[in-house]
Amino acid sequence: MTATLMLELRDLGKSFELHQQHGAHLNVLRGVNLSLHAGECVVLSGPSGAGKSTLLRVIYANYRTSGGAVYVRHDDRWLDLASATPHEVLDVRRRTLGYVSQFLRVIPRVSALDIVAEPLLRDGMDEHEARERAAAMLRRVNIPERLWALPPGTFSGGEQQRVNIARGLIVPRPILLLDEPTASLDAGNRAVVAELLAEARAAGSAVLGIFHDEAMRDQVATRLFTMQALEAA
Amino acid sequence: MTPRYNFAFLDEDTKRMLRRALLKAVAIPGCQIPFGSREMPLPYGWGTGGIQVTAALLGPDDVLKVIDQGADDTTNAVNIRRFFARVAGIATTERTAEATLIQTRHRIPETPLREDQILVFQVPEPEPLRTLEARETETRTLHALADYGLMHVKLYEDIARYGRIATSYDYPVLVDGRYLTSPSPIPKFDNPKLDHSPALMLFGAGREKRIYAIPPYTRVESVAFEDHPFDVQQWDERCALCGSGESYLDEVVVDDRGTRMFVCSDTDFCSQRTEAQA
Amino acid sequence: MNALLKVRTLGHRYGQRVGCEDVSFDLYPGELLCIVGESGSGKSTLLNTLAAQLAPTSGSVRYRQRDGAWLDVGSLNEADRRRLARQEWGFVTQNPRDGLRLNVSAGANVAERLMALGERHYGRLRNIARGWLERVEIDPARIDDMPADFSGGMQQRLQIARTLVTHPRLVFMDEPTAGLDVSVQARILDLLRRLVHELDLAAVMVTHDLAVARLLAARTMVMQGGRVVETGLTDQILDDPQHPYTQLLVSSVLTT
Repeated sequence: MTATLMLELRDLGKSFELHQQHGAHLNVLRGVNLSLHAGECVVLSGPSGAGKSTLLRVIYANYRTSGGAVYVRHDDRWLDLASATPHEVLDVRRRTLGYVSQFLRVIPRVSALDIVAEPLLRDGMDEHEARERAAAMLRRVNIPERLWALPPGTFSGGEQQRVNIARGLIVPRPILLLDEPTASLDAGNRAVVAELLAEARAAGSAVLGIFHDEAMRDQVATRLFTMQALEAA
Repeated sequence: MTPRYNFAFLDEDTKRMLRRALLKAVAIPGCQIPFGSREMPLPYGWGTGGIQVTAALLGPDDVLKVIDQGADDTTNAVNIRRFFARVAGIATTERTAEATLIQTRHRIPETPLREDQILVFQVPEPEPLRTLEARETETRTLHALADYGLMHVKLYEDIARYGRIATSYDYPVLVDGRYLTSPSPIPKFDNPKLDHSPALMLFGAGREKRIYAIPPYTRVESVAFEDHPFDVQQWDERCALCGSGESYLDEVVVDDRGTRMFVCSDTDFCSQRTEAQA
Repeated sequence: MNALLKVRTLGHRYGQRVGCEDVSFDLYPGELLCIVGESGSGKSTLLNTLAAQLAPTSGSVRYRQRDGAWLDVGSLNEADRRRLARQEWGFVTQNPRDGLRLNVSAGANVAERLMALGERHYGRLRNIARGWLERVEIDPARIDDMPADFSGGMQQRLQIARTLVTHPRLVFMDEPTAGLDVSVQARILDLLRRLVHELDLAAVMVTHDLAVARLLAARTMVMQGGRVVETGLTDQILDDPQHPYTQLLVSSVLTT
């Protein structure tokens, strides 16, 4: 494969020290090495407890690394998120690294449309255009128009998840991290997400994700990355 | 002159203290100067600040005029005039042009003042910002920094509530482009007379223990908004006694049926005009 | 990007007692930083020291002015300190009554800072005040009402309008939503979130509410006993707390 290398994990480790539980020490990741190229979709596989979600969170710098490096190609230079400053991390998140989780973080009083439009506005797009793009995206993930003006706090799980995907994918990101974004979607909506991902990849995005549903996995994955649970140290 | 008193009632040391404060006040136009206000033989609010300033200034050759709301014949004016006649033995007058020193409460005479005259104002509250800021430490800091936005807050409230700047007396002024100053409760009609006045203007607040001054020919601006500029009161009527159309008029109820007439508030000005017409 | 505020080993002591000590951080334009911690952790002392309302007893606060020059905030004289507070900074207090002028109308409260900066046109002041009332969701028809006639949430929104009317570059906020009903809180948080973005404000906000930090702040500092025990991206601190005290704070939050 001659595609551009976008993300490289080197000897990545993550452990938790739980001070509330008498300093209990939990090793979740150790010695993880992974390369991710533009245009590919690597799906993490392995039993529950293998640290798949933790790995995505460490890459996103939502969790701090305990060892090793997370190299990200950002503006055509390499940056190790494990040692980057908060401002560098924020800049990488704003322009290079997208993350879509299973759950939508609802902001009181903010409508579904505005939630989806927000990443565009943050990038400086004017309000009218951002709303139009957001509307198109919501239509695409089959959110009925009558819901657009409502805050998604009262939406069903599947609706919230689709709003979340719309928000996560509305701005093209060179690297996309997906943590079971399709967990509670029906087959039709899963197909829509698969389509969106294929488009993102075709546009050059590198995707790293967790998909439990096998059909979905087979449809989107270009490669699997298998993980094993570490025994508690 | 009553011999048991020192000339002009106050002892010489007190007068010296007052004169030092007055010199400082003249040197910093509009700035309130603290002084050691003495107990005077009249209650606060009746002009204790004014008569201390007058006592510190009077010399044997001075001719004193005292007015209260423009009138020479009201209780307060008569008493203060008589007081100084007794304790200083000086000449008094009701004629503005004849006086070397004029103590006033709430008016500036209509007759233009001259360089050889001094006007002494009685001041109840020397701090123009007081109604909005109760802390003396803070108002002093605001003066020190010439930070006067607060004054416009008050004028803003006036316009918001009454549609115009309703403050009609004690209308704040900026002296020499620097100190925000209370002109004492004179009608704003008199404010223009403060600007570049040939006469020295001195202000005494006895209870608040402050003296300040507007030296001759000092720039004095009445604060306002661009779209609500400063203006003075105007009357449709003329003085019923002298026919004046340019003086400050008092409205007087003359009988039980509510009949009103307008007369000059400056009694000397009015009677001069009446005599000239006779 | 250039920092707006550089804080180095800052401390304030009340006599022998430590208010806060050894605090260092940079704040960037457009960034909202939350300081969390329980009562007595020194977060309000830190905020007041940053805002030059308390003098530092050690360390320094430097601020980059509009003209690009750096100011040593701790050594400013009173005149410069007030000029800075009026022209470039804002301060929102926990109790709106401390930040409002209660004896004048809502409009005068909003317009005051403009008048302090020399605006002398009544009509313009009215228009700007109406616009800001609308922006903080107060009916502009209430421009001449007294703040005392407003509810607590409205008073807080009025204080926010009064503070932001001069477009400050940096705003200090001391628990702006504490003491308000939850629904009222949500409205103010949403408003702050929008205004911070629209005005590209930098802000330092003290709160004991981790949910507030999550909603508004990209970065968070955790204080305990006058010291910063943990600092980083807000989501890192809340999702992967390292320090025992932070873990305790995060685990003590009630979730619904």
